[in-house]
Amino acid sequence: MELDPVLLSRIQFGFVVSFHAIFPVFTIGLASYIAVLESIYFRTGDNEWARLSQFWTKIFAVVFGMGVVSGLVMSFQFGTNWSEFAYRTANFLGPVLTYEVITAFFLEAAFLGVLLFGRNRVPPGLFLTSAWMVAIGTFISSFWILSANSWMQTPAGIEMRDGIVHVTNWIEAIFNPSFWPRFFHMALASLLTGGFVVAGISAYFLLRNHAVEASRRALKMTLVLLAIAAPAQLVVGDIHGLNTFEHQPAKVAAMEGTWETQRGAPFLLFAIPDSANETNHFEIGIPNAASLILTHEWDGEIRGLKDFPAAERPNVGWVFWPFRVMLAIGFLMIIVALTGAWKLWRGRLEESTRYLRVLTWMVPLPFVAVLAGWFVTEIGRQPFLLYGMMDVHQSVTPHLTGGMALFTLLGYIAVYAVVFSAGVYYLTRIVRHGMEDVRTAPPVEEAGRPKRPLSGADDTLDSEPKSR
Amino acid sequence: MFDLVYIWILIIGFGILMYVLADGFDLGVGILFPFARSEEERDIMMNTVAPVWDGNETWLVLGGAGLLAVFPLVYSVFLPALYIGVFLMLAGLIFRGVAFEFRFKADPDKRRLWNWAFFGGSVVAAFAQGAVVGTFIQGFETENMRYVGGALDWLTPFTVMTGIGLVAGYGLLGVTWLLLKTEGETQQWARGWAYRLLIVVMAVFVIISIWTPLTDAFVMERWMGNIAWLWVLPALTLLLAAGLWRALSCCYEATPFLATIGLFLLFYLGLIISKWPYVVPPDYTFWDAASAPESQLFLLIGLLFVVPFTLMYTAWTYYVFRGKVRADSGYH
Repeated sequence: MELDPVLLSRIQFGFVVSFHAIFPVFTIGLASYIAVLESIYFRTGDNEWARLSQFWTKIFAVVFGMGVVSGLVMSFQFGTNWSEFAYRTANFLGPVLTYEVITAFFLEAAFLGVLLFGRNRVPPGLFLTSAWMVAIGTFISSFWILSANSWMQTPAGIEMRDGIVHVTNWIEAIFNPSFWPRFFHMALASLLTGGFVVAGISAYFLLRNHAVEASRRALKMTLVLLAIAAPAQLVVGDIHGLNTFEHQPAKVAAMEGTWETQRGAPFLLFAIPDSANETNHFEIGIPNAASLILTHEWDGEIRGLKDFPAAERPNVGWVFWPFRVMLAIGFLMIIVALTGAWKLWRGRLEESTRYLRVLTWMVPLPFVAVLAGWFVTEIGRQPFLLYGMMDVHQSVTPHLTGGMALFTLLGYIAVYAVVFSAGVYYLTRIVRHGMEDVRTAPPVEEAGRPKRPLSGADDTLDSEPKSR
Repeated sequence: MFDLVYIWILIIGFGILMYVLADGFDLGVGILFPFARSEEERDIMMNTVAPVWDGNETWLVLGGAGLLAVFPLVYSVFLPALYIGVFLMLAGLIFRGVAFEFRFKADPDKRRLWNWAFFGGSVVAAFAQGAVVGTFIQGFETENMRYVGGALDWLTPFTVMTGIGLVAGYGLLGVTWLLLKTEGETQQWARGWAYRLLIVVMAVFVIISIWTPLTDAFVMERWMGNIAWLWVLPALTLLLAAGLWRALSCCYEATPFLATIGLFLLFYLGLIISKWPYVVPPDYTFWDAASAPESQLFLLIGLLFVVPFTLMYTAWTYYVFRGKVRADSGYH
């Protein structure tokens, strides 16, 4: 059997980027949450807040660590497997990705060290600043990376000269047509992911009667956030969808499973797309709903897949189904969040153990929704890497053999399997172990203290108890 | 338009040097891991780098992204040519990176596993990076700006030698870092290893310095043609190595680390001089490899604003975690 380096490289990129994505999408939300907790603690001095912050910082450290190492892989993927794409698009993607490193990664890395290990080594104000710097860093990072991604989806501000991208307008290129919807969609997704994880684990603690006061506070504040963010995501998602409809109609056709261009297209709840015969089997749909959603008109026109040459269509099933998974989880999140807010308002939150249990089950779902969403947008962009301008065959590394691509694909799967299992194992243990009691911080010496080795006594207070 | 390439050579050169020095010492700590005499000593060693390794590794991401931005040809030739080696390096960095978090959370019996992950990952990553240096000296088979060589061209006796050299070099950086950050018996132990590693590093240096010009006429011509002033470099290297040897014998704590940094600087300079102006030898210079001037300018403007701050807060974190690390100052 002939191994296809293009297909294997696509699978590899999809795999390593999916694996990577689950960590930042969680840490972006969590970093802000920790910064908020630290801010409240800074103002009130109430130890319960510090207790929460310390617990979540421990989780953050593990997740962020996995995000960093898997992110390292990403910064070389363009070169190893898609060198032709890298070479031709470097004039734009290079500076943008470098800006991400210098404005975000260094900020996160440096202040994370302080956040994890420096509570008693810096004054409280600086510690709080460090927490915010990490949080801000995560958002700056998503700004640049989503700009790069959006530009691949909706290229702007450039012209091609001899097959090489040259930037003619940086503002247009960075803030390309699909950037803002994508950015807000993703920012909300991060808040929802962080929120549902915090809510689920707080509910788990409440069910176990562990750290009740801290968990109650955590649950309340996240439910308020979720009750706003989950419905807001529906609105932003809709705007994002309209944007895609305008700029990437072939992707929307695949999302909707629409083959024929038609007016008053139904929204399909179920179908088995059949690319070979250009049709669907077992369709169940809501009449006119797709047209209504996408054009805001009862019988608006939706372009079908047959309008596009077969070679320029994405794999329909891989776009159609993830889209439905994302939508279903999205609606479920809205229901759960609003139910929680209602119970909170009526003061019946803690007595409802059934609801708390539902919250613990929700923990993995936002991750599934995020991955499904990325599948929709990335597979839906196929066969292009740079939409409408460069396809995967023009982008792959010349002279890359199928054997080499298979070797690294299997290698990454093996490495990530080990790292991921270990990560989940240790995260579960941190959660099982629960929150530590708060250590009261010793007074911090004045800044500009004489440079002396820290005394042993200070250090004992510095050290966190081992998690066992 | 003013030629930005020179400025970018300086900046990228500085970035790569920062990576080599910064991640060098924390990789070095990993390389020395199995030779520590107790788990407590390993705790101390790991804690000397735990707060800063993440920032150190960020310089590598900067290297990757920076090359793509200003010398895209380097990015799009080196990475395909070193395809397998890059994978090994990344796998190594992954295992050693997660070991920081997992080791302290593991049961004592499983801790050994993460000790090996930390050691193995550090050695593989260091070796692969050394092989990159060797491959750079060897040169790349290219055609029309694309790499056309084989999958394992990067793995030759010569690159194995440079790989070993960098493992030893990072080990030396790591061990002199430990001299600076530890005390008592651990410090004594570090001193002993510093001697051994210095010998290996200098041996590899001599071998490479003879091997390269003998196989590469360009390098031979470069050094012999300019021997009137280039003799200074190897002379300085030997002098510095001798100074380092002496500093190890007594009570210096910071000097050995600084001297090792000096050695790396000289090696680095020698490497650039050997191949100048080629960056994808033997065919392409920095100027062939450069991206569009608008792109270089766009990045430069922001960089000049941001990087001073980056350096300032990075230095500040080193200041926060200054001083000796003791057994009871485990951050975890």
